[in-house]
Amino acid sequence: MEEEIARIYPSDKIKSPVHLSIGQEAVSVGVCEALRPDDVVFGTYRSHAYYLAKGGDLKKMLAELYGKATGCAKGKGGSMHLIDAAHGVMGASAVVGTTIPNAVGYAYALKLQRKDAIVVSFFGDGATDEGVFYESLNFAALKQLPIIFICENNFYAIHTHLLSRHKDANLCGRVRAYGIPAEQIDNNDILKINERVKGVVDLLRAKQGGPFFFECLTYRWKEHVGPNDDFHLGYRSYEEARTWVEGDQVRRLAALIAPQSRERIETQVEEEIRAAIVCAEDEPFPEAQELLTDVTGD
Amino acid sequence: MERILSYVDAIREATDQQMAEDPSVVVFGLDVDDPKAIQGTTRGLAEKYGPERVFGTPLSEEAMTGAAIGMALAGLRPIHIHIRMDFLMLAMNQLVNVAAKSRYMYGGQVHVPMVVRCMIGKSWGQGAQHSQGLHSFFMHVPGLKVVAPTNPYDAKGCLIQAIRDNDPVIYVEHRILHFQKGIVPEERYGIPPGRARVLEEGRDVTLVGISHMLTECLRARCYLETINVHAEVIDPIWLSPLDIETIVKSVKKTGRLCVVDNGWTTCGASAEIVTRVIERLQGEREVVVHRMGYAPATCPPTPSLEDLYYPNARTIASAVYDLVKGGRNHWLPEEREGLQEMEFRGPF
Repeated sequence: MEEEIARIYPSDKIKSPVHLSIGQEAVSVGVCEALRPDDVVFGTYRSHAYYLAKGGDLKKMLAELYGKATGCAKGKGGSMHLIDAAHGVMGASAVVGTTIPNAVGYAYALKLQRKDAIVVSFFGDGATDEGVFYESLNFAALKQLPIIFICENNFYAIHTHLLSRHKDANLCGRVRAYGIPAEQIDNNDILKINERVKGVVDLLRAKQGGPFFFECLTYRWKEHVGPNDDFHLGYRSYEEARTWVEGDQVRRLAALIAPQSRERIETQVEEEIRAAIVCAEDEPFPEAQELLTDVTGD
Repeated sequence: MERILSYVDAIREATDQQMAEDPSVVVFGLDVDDPKAIQGTTRGLAEKYGPERVFGTPLSEEAMTGAAIGMALAGLRPIHIHIRMDFLMLAMNQLVNVAAKSRYMYGGQVHVPMVVRCMIGKSWGQGAQHSQGLHSFFMHVPGLKVVAPTNPYDAKGCLIQAIRDNDPVIYVEHRILHFQKGIVPEERYGIPPGRARVLEEGRDVTLVGISHMLTECLRARCYLETINVHAEVIDPIWLSPLDIETIVKSVKKTGRLCVVDNGWTTCGASAEIVTRVIERLQGEREVVVHRMGYAPATCPPTPSLEDLYYPNARTIASAVYDLVKGGRNHWLPEEREGLQEMEFRGPF
């Protein structure tokens, strides 16, 4: 899907900045495969992968990127604010770290309402620079909330490396100091992510402990925002990226599937993507009255 | 027999009644469950509704505001309490970037029913960071509602309305108004957004007072009466949405408008109210206007400077006299006994 977005982007039909997840899909898929439809995820502006992995509607997503009235937010959110409440995708913020406490509050409500659904909070390593991250960890630990914090550590906040932002990059150690079990999963390993998260999901549903924290090491292939490569900028090298590209988890999973099934899945997915693009291009833009609709509920 | 309650007890009763009615209402904030119980406004609630629905929090204004939003998204109706409005500066990202915008930027898929109770402080050396009236910050942002009740009747009705409302409401209290007493019915009632109230009628000048300054305006009216100047006093109650029609109607009659804010005048609520009135009446009615508010400085704790920092009944009366007579008249009424205790008790 994102390769298609990157292809279409120069045509200016997409009316929204795009932060592509290419290279980081393993975290979204590994985590969301362990969840139930009524579980809820909160995320970041790099939202496409987890939105789709959690079951978000593809047509509504693409229409949203095109700014169309049929978009998931009626064209009023854009790529950075994808939502599909019916499928447990509760929104994303363009301001780093912002949805972490929202996820914590949602988990508090689930606990109070005696539900056994759980919440996942996705954020990048940049969010761990923000004070609200630590405030949120503390409250979630204090109230033993049914929430899993997933840090997608791709090492860069825009163009600044983690080691230029922290004296001590031992993130799991910092999180453990709040009384929260924390584990680092290396190599973008989708199967390990899925297995470890599944185990924790079971514990949370059984009301045994919570919250939990995973630092998933991953890598963004494309530029911070936009459809292109950015190795020419000089803040990182293709050499650094190479091991991640070679360890591509999409290829890894594909190799596990019998060729016939694989071909069938690929055809089906490509058809879905094609249909979503046709749909997004044909749909109308919002009417003028939408400008002042949903400011408040009155 | 009309029942008299304090502003504090009116807030407590509104909270209690809504919590009893609706299990989704939760109350939290720093020290809401401590022995002082937020000046008594949350007294007994933790015992009655349990520590899951009424709880003190860590000193984490941004995270707890964010958590309130998350709770609201999940179907709760949180009331988040701050003992000073100044502390909201730590939560601006969540209030402005998330609470205000979620309904719109998510295309109406969600809404955020939450109440942020906060208090403006005054006197006893409150100083720079315990005295600010920052309601205009929130009036500026579409998606937020702002209310500043000035008496016990409205304190109860506005809080009930705010809890029932499906949008985020900034509920602005004033520490000195907490001591007010007035008629408060026992039953539940709401004070709907966007409806101002004319408290006293008058033909010569329209006096709009915000938060605690409404009380000073009522006192000023008494001073002005002695010299045969009759002020119409209006309480906007809800600052956003603002009922400009009621104020416009009054100014159409009087031709003179003085807005006294419990905040600074620059880019403040007084600027907004005056501008909207002029926009409506220019070319139709000759209007003269005046604004009063905090002195353009940081609030000093020492009484000799603090007295100069705030408008009061006498300085308001003096300014209104100039507005009515024209020019600078240097009239300042003698301090009158009894007016310091003056408060509006209802009935409405």
